[in-house]
Amino acid sequence: MAGKDDVKVLGVVVSPFAIRVRIALNMKGVSYEYMEEDLTNKSELLLSSNPIHKKVPVLIHGGKPICESLVIVQYVDEVFPGAAVLPSDPYDRAVARFWAAYVDDKMFPPMVAFLLAVTEEERAAKAEETLAAMAQLEKAFGECSGGKPFFGGDSIGYVDLALGSNLQWLETSYQMFGVALLDAVKTPLLTAWAKRFVEADAAKGVVPDTALAVEFCKKLRAR
Amino acid sequence: MAGGGENKLKLLGMWTSPFALRVKLALSFKGLSYEYVEEDLRNKSELLLSSNPVHKKVPVLIHNGKPICESQIIVQYIDETFPGADASLLPSDPYERAVARFWAAYIDDKLLKSWLQASMGKTEEEKAEALKETFAAVANLEAAFKECSKGKPFFGGDTVGYLDVTLGGLVSWMHAGEALYGMRLFDATRSPLLDAWVDRFGSLDAAKAVLPDAGRLAEYAKKRQAEQAAAAAAN
Repeated sequence: MAGKDDVKVLGVVVSPFAIRVRIALNMKGVSYEYMEEDLTNKSELLLSSNPIHKKVPVLIHGGKPICESLVIVQYVDEVFPGAAVLPSDPYDRAVARFWAAYVDDKMFPPMVAFLLAVTEEERAAKAEETLAAMAQLEKAFGECSGGKPFFGGDSIGYVDLALGSNLQWLETSYQMFGVALLDAVKTPLLTAWAKRFVEADAAKGVVPDTALAVEFCKKLRAR
Repeated sequence: MAGGGENKLKLLGMWTSPFALRVKLALSFKGLSYEYVEEDLRNKSELLLSSNPVHKKVPVLIHNGKPICESQIIVQYIDETFPGADASLLPSDPYERAVARFWAAYIDDKLLKSWLQASMGKTEEEKAEALKETFAAVANLEAAFKECSKGKPFFGGDTVGYLDVTLGGLVSWMHAGEALYGMRLFDATRSPLLDAWVDRFGSLDAAKAVLPDAGRLAEYAKKRQAEQAAAAAAN
């Protein structure tokens, strides 16, 4: 029987959307039950908790489901005390929301298209698109961090979660296709930031080994 | 709070944009004064290009010289910066806030996307498929209205809330779409609650003050379609 305060996360280990939720919970020191979903055989719980999209992640808090990763992260930030994920100033919050949306709308889709591309041409085109997005994010990092280690300043914030949860996929692009979408020459600030992100306490054990992402990608490509 | 040096608001928009309209609605419901700049999207102003260099799109809200972009982000910014005497746009309960944000994303990612595709799709097949998806999205939104309103007049309950403003940006286009295609997005049979909501929302003074005329929108759409057809024929 679900306790009033029980927290469950339905996710997939390599999903950036699930990863960001789990890191947010770690930042707040919230313990949760994690359930790994097989997306080819979705659980009853997933289908009933997210009937509209049938996607991960889903956070179930005291029996009530919350869906859509950025909605969940904001919920976690507002409900649980501890390290703030979003800044307190409304303007800074708007900037953070802008860049998190940018990651999901402009970086993630071409990156996925790159990983799943069938032809060399498509792969080249999608690499270019992804790199253009990364170049924007490099600039954004300069503006948001103000010289500090993270987009969020001294510690991980909203944009760090949005982008950092994709690192295993950026690494996969290099391991599988020899293309560095996170390029040390083109985006030096982000390259240094990425190392700090995966070393952060809240991210440890959540950002998966690239090997898992590579395996997942191979399976998807085979379908 | 009166506008003065301290709280200068400027909105860059375009009269047919449902996204710019959302921001106008939010400002209207909050009783905020602002300077409005009508953009010609075929000849974007320096101000727009420098305020939104990433997307170069409207709406942009400029508050005391600082730009905020993306309509849903702007509306939340307005809500957080100008709490005002009345209820805030977003619910105060975090779970209800999450539900509101979920449906706001749904309106743009699913409803609006398929609705646009249903009229702009390249083939009849694409359009028909998109129409089916649109009606499925409408059904989901009808259920969402029931859940969020809890029997009251608006998504926000007794007063207009975040989802009312988000969906409100589409109201004049709904009427224009009906005039153009004979298709009502929310009709009395399929989605009676939303059908009633459209009229109720549209009759509020704060909405009437900013909603563009549906007839003008329909004429604008016809003109654009003719231009596009001519361009396609020329190629």
